[in-house]
Amino acid sequence: MIETIAFYLFSAVTIVMFWITVSSKNALYSMSALAAGMIMISGFFFLLDADFLGVVQIIVYTGAVMALYAFGMMFFDTTREVKENIRAPKLVFLLSGLTALLLVIAFVAPIAADHIKAFYPMVEGVENPQAVGVVLFTKYLVPFEVAAVMLLVAMIAGIILAGKKMDESLTLKIEEEFQEKGAK
Amino acid sequence: MITLSHYLILSAILFCIGLYGVYRRKNLLLLLFSTEILLNAANVGFAAISKFYGDLTGQMFAFFIVAVAASEVAVGLGLMIVWYKRRGTLDIDTLQSMHG
Repeated sequence: MIETIAFYLFSAVTIVMFWITVSSKNALYSMSALAAGMIMISGFFFLLDADFLGVVQIIVYTGAVMALYAFGMMFFDTTREVKENIRAPKLVFLLSGLTALLLVIAFVAPIAADHIKAFYPMVEGVENPQAVGVVLFTKYLVPFEVAAVMLLVAMIAGIILAGKKMDESLTLKIEEEFQEKGAK
Repeated sequence: MITLSHYLILSAILFCIGLYGVYRRKNLLLLLFSTEILLNAANVGFAAISKFYGDLTGQMFAFFIVAVAASEVAVGLGLMIVWYKRRGTLDIDTLQSMHG
């Protein structure tokens, strides 16, 4: 009973928040609504017994990603209303509706077929974070390492792109210019 | 009683909201917000499948999606800052420099 109430409450709030995100003209409102929606999404993860994923959602998404967006928005003029040249909203609605229909069909089709079996069944009598750790560090060790390398590459790319010399182009420069800089 | 279909339909609705945002938005920053919504919708679906089939693979994929989202934001924001410094706007319509 309480699960049903929680599900519908979280769904309503999440949908409203995400709708505000995609339709608001003010970038700051948009970002705040997105952060609120992320918190509500973590509520679903707790409902689904994915405790660790819920905590990761709060820490990584609403902690790190949203803080990064808030930091990035300091570079942009966000108090002004976003001016957008929007053409053919009817076409957009039609495309979104058709995609929605396709998605529902795609999601319902495998449920109709009852052939899905658990590949890595949940370990009995163990809390969720422990079970996640067991699977992550045995079956998914290589993807885990690759993800670590990817995050490192992304971090270096972020530092270089948003680094100190932001008034100069790093990618379109020819080599002599760099050597001149070094000679000075 | 909440079944798997409830979660999948919710996930599809959230995905459609994000997709609508991607179609509609002409500002790069808000476009990136919409992609975050898409990734989150997929995460909800993965977690629901994971619970109702008693399989942890869905949660694993959700973790890797979170990692991808984090790196996407880092690189995307860096590129956007560089672009804003050079052009002073984040409008997608001004993104084309070759008038073909």
